[in-house]
Amino acid sequence: MNLEKLTKMANEIAAFFDADPDRAAALDGFAGHLRRFWEPRMRKELVALVDGGGGGDLLPLVRQAFVERRAQILP
Amino acid sequence: MYSIHERDPGTPIRISTKRVSLTIDGVTVNVPEGTSVMRAATQAGVNVPKLCATDSLEAFGSCRLCLVQIEGRRGFPASCTTLVEPGMKVTTQSPKLATLRRGVMELYISDHPLDCLTCPANGNCELQEMAGVVGLREVRYGYAGENHLEAPKDESNPYFSFDATKCIVCSRCVRACEEVQGTFALTVLGRGFDSKISPGGTDFLSSECVSCGACVQACPTSTLMEKSIEERGQPDHVVATTCAYCGVGCSFRAEMKGNEVVRMVPDKQGGANHGHSCVKGRFAWGYATHPDRITTPMIRARITDPWREVSWEEAFAYTASELRRIQGTYGAASIGAITSSRCTNEETYLVQKLVRAVFGNNNVDTCARVCHSPTGYGLKTTLGESAGTQDFDSVEHADVIVVIGANPTDAHPVFASRMKKRLREGAGLVVIDPRQTDLVRQPHVEAAYHLQLVPGTNVAVINALAHVIVTEGMLREEYIRARCDLVEYEKWKAFIALPENSPEALEATTGVPAAQIRGAARLYGQAKNGAIYYGLGVTEHSQGSTMVMGIANLAMATGNIGRPGVGVNPLRGQNNVQGSCDMGSFPHELPGYRHVSDPAVRALFGAAWGVEIQPEPGLRIPNMFDAALDGSFKGLYVQGEDIAQSDPDTHHVLRALSSMECVIVQDLFLVETAKYAHVFFPGATFLEKDGTFTNAERRINRVRKVMPPRAGLADWEITVRLGQAMGVDMPYAHPSEIMDEIAALTPTFHGVSYDKLERLGSIQWPCNDAAPEGTPVMHAEQFVRGKGRFVITRYVPTTERTNRDYPLILTTGRILSQYNVGAQTRRTANVTWHPEDVLEIHPHDAEFRGVADGDLVAVTSRAGETVLRAEITERVQPGVVYTTFHHPESGANVVTTENSDWATNCPEYKVTAVQVRRTTERSVWQREFDATAHAQADLLPGGPRPSGEAAE
Ligand code: SF4
Ligand code: SF4
Ligand code: SF4
Ligand code: FES
Repeated sequence: MNLEKLTKMANEIAAFFDADPDRAAALDGFAGHLRRFWEPRMRKELVALVDGGGGGDLLPLVRQAFVERRAQILP
Repeated sequence: MYSIHERDPGTPIRISTKRVSLTIDGVTVNVPEGTSVMRAATQAGVNVPKLCATDSLEAFGSCRLCLVQIEGRRGFPASCTTLVEPGMKVTTQSPKLATLRRGVMELYISDHPLDCLTCPANGNCELQEMAGVVGLREVRYGYAGENHLEAPKDESNPYFSFDATKCIVCSRCVRACEEVQGTFALTVLGRGFDSKISPGGTDFLSSECVSCGACVQACPTSTLMEKSIEERGQPDHVVATTCAYCGVGCSFRAEMKGNEVVRMVPDKQGGANHGHSCVKGRFAWGYATHPDRITTPMIRARITDPWREVSWEEAFAYTASELRRIQGTYGAASIGAITSSRCTNEETYLVQKLVRAVFGNNNVDTCARVCHSPTGYGLKTTLGESAGTQDFDSVEHADVIVVIGANPTDAHPVFASRMKKRLREGAGLVVIDPRQTDLVRQPHVEAAYHLQLVPGTNVAVINALAHVIVTEGMLREEYIRARCDLVEYEKWKAFIALPENSPEALEATTGVPAAQIRGAARLYGQAKNGAIYYGLGVTEHSQGSTMVMGIANLAMATGNIGRPGVGVNPLRGQNNVQGSCDMGSFPHELPGYRHVSDPAVRALFGAAWGVEIQPEPGLRIPNMFDAALDGSFKGLYVQGEDIAQSDPDTHHVLRALSSMECVIVQDLFLVETAKYAHVFFPGATFLEKDGTFTNAERRINRVRKVMPPRAGLADWEITVRLGQAMGVDMPYAHPSEIMDEIAALTPTFHGVSYDKLERLGSIQWPCNDAAPEGTPVMHAEQFVRGKGRFVITRYVPTTERTNRDYPLILTTGRILSQYNVGAQTRRTANVTWHPEDVLEIHPHDAEFRGVADGDLVAVTSRAGETVLRAEITERVQPGVVYTTFHHPESGANVVTTENSDWATNCPEYKVTAVQVRRTTERSVWQREFDATAHAQADLLPGGPRPSGEAAE
């Protein structure tokens, strides 16, 4: 899938949840959203991008969630 | 004229707990207080003669035909304007009354052409009937006196004519236009004998008339008459059904002659419309028999090949083998389907069942993706249910109405009439819209505040409104404490009270003066009942879901949910967009909005269908396009949606469609998407099938077949047969059996059945053991999710920014006479009102660019360019241009970008940065469009269809 687009989408989702002052809730919100609404191939490809050292444009919340909420995000 | 065989008790129904007993012609009747003597008489089985009264209008008392005698009273009061009183003794028939009534009739008839035998109203004319009822036998004045028999006939409206020679000046039409429609297009000119009806001194077409048909229905003679009746004669039977255009969901009586529709008349029993209609449902049904209809299945291997007409059997066998081949090569998840909000609940349900049970994945989505998906997300998150909270009748109890990003007079006209009625009665109005919609200033309606914001700043405005509520002490703390999650509430309250959310701080962003925001917030916050209505101007933004949640926050904070007169009310676009969402059309939800990750729900459906349901969400429409372009998605079944025209960034959509191996389009016409299809299944119109639609107030209405499907199969049968060809039986004899399955599997539909619909007329879900007759107002005792949830709604601006190259913001919308992509309305005389899409531009912006009214202008965005005609108007603010998207060659979506709502991917149709310049020729894209259209028309069997676009 188009990684640039997935990056933009992930960042927009993160920008919403980032407003939550409770960081754990923000991470859960973001990870839960991806799990509930993203088709698995979208999630896998974006996580793979970060695993491969890419994804420099992703917001910190996204990157943090990919580490700390990994099991929740990947099927 | 009223629909045939319909009763007309003469004056409107009154609702009151107090009852009054009286006797009429010796019969005792008991009626609600406030009822007219005329209406009460019908209870005694007496129809008092009448001409100027009809039950859709307040009594007027001008014709004097309805005179009665009342014991103890002098003279002969008019029964339509006289209200019942306890113990009244009324006589409706006596020699004196008969003489008086004959006298009245005689006067009318002496100025009326006596051509009853050739009159189109013959057989359904109140004047004729009354002449018979009162026993008129002679007209002593003769017909030679002064009269109006030479008045010219106004044929300007495409759907009805106005023959002033037949007019009895009862003013029912004038009052219908005022009271029912709220347009005030008609007046009585002159006085006494000289008085006549006029659409504002001009002809109907040039007047303010919006062709709703209310006056035609109210007219007791053939003065205002449908042209379809003039041409075809009076109907012989009636079938009750539901309009297939917008989310208001008006009930209609299809008046038939054999299999031919003669006229569509709004049904007085209709729960959504109470006998009113708009120009689309009332008149624009001629597309059903348009020569452009394709009625034979067609297939082809490549989209550049000529179409080959085949039998249904061959079409199903070919399609099934293609889909199975693709899945064999590219995997089970390489195909999917799109359900249609134009089709019935039963049909939508079947398509998602086909995907989940036969395709074996969750790749199903619906056109709600591009309109109200943020409503689903936002309301489910905050309130717990993906639907509007009220019924339409609720507006009658609203004290302040806030309309956000919606243009109801164009897009939801029948509801707009109800709303305007309430506004004329004195309810306050706030309009939040970048454009000056008609609602802002109308005859006898004016918004107290029009917050004319910069497109894309909705969330900033809603936050500023909430800030005022929070900081000026307008929170309904008691309500919140009893009903909402307090942890989330405190977080939200702290956030919204931040100085950065104040109207003053946001003024530069939103372009709305802080004082106006404060005023509007106070009006809504202090209202006894404050109701919010919103449309696509809320959802079709990159923060659409945030805005929906912002609206829900505001309503909860002010205690405005859970009773009549308040609520959060999405004005749904398509006739069945609510239903298509309810039926599990989303890739992450099974019917009833239950997530596919829930093992119990999967087990339930899995057991009923004998399959295993996939636990992970499937692809949404834009994801399908992306997956098609990267080669992992190859087959798509599209039921009644024209994604090539309706979805944003046309170039991208067409590239995606062209890269698939099997695109199946099921539709009425060779729509834009069909030009990129390999299989065409000819669909059926709403007149050709049975089923149900669910409107914006969750009202399930019956759709009834009035003529056989032109191509032989109703849409649900096509899906069943496709499933069968792929090896799975879905044996249903009738759509009612599909509804039984839905009811068995979906708690909110548990109590719904065709039998019950027959009995009750319509049902608003949830309908279950707790609410066996449905639920007009939701969240009454508590929120569906338990505790209402406040959500922090930080304003995150869209990435679509204006700059020197693209200095203007393009926003899009709809117009009354056309419907969405226009495939239907463009094939009716509605094109009279809107033959092309134009670009509205402010005089300053036009002058700066040397653009004159009517010039061709190129509209260029980062995505593409199209050419439209300019219309210079102050409806739009400087810096904003506006267009509609009803004509495919306009290419509005060539210009819109792929930006979308963060939560649901609903496209950001409402904000595109553009430049506008004068030009003399159509855009490159438009020329390519013409070439494709011609080439594809040539590939049809027998070549291009004989007709142009408009007919009927
Ligand atoms: S046009 Fe019809 S409704 Fe209007 S005043 Fe004349 S007769 Fe009455
Ligand atoms: S058609 Fe509707 S808008 Fe037009 S004059 Fe009649 S009532 Fe008024
Ligand atoms: S288009 Fe909408 S408002 Fe008009 S008749 Fe149909 S359902 Fe009613
Ligand atoms: S019907 Fe009562 S005065 Fe006309």
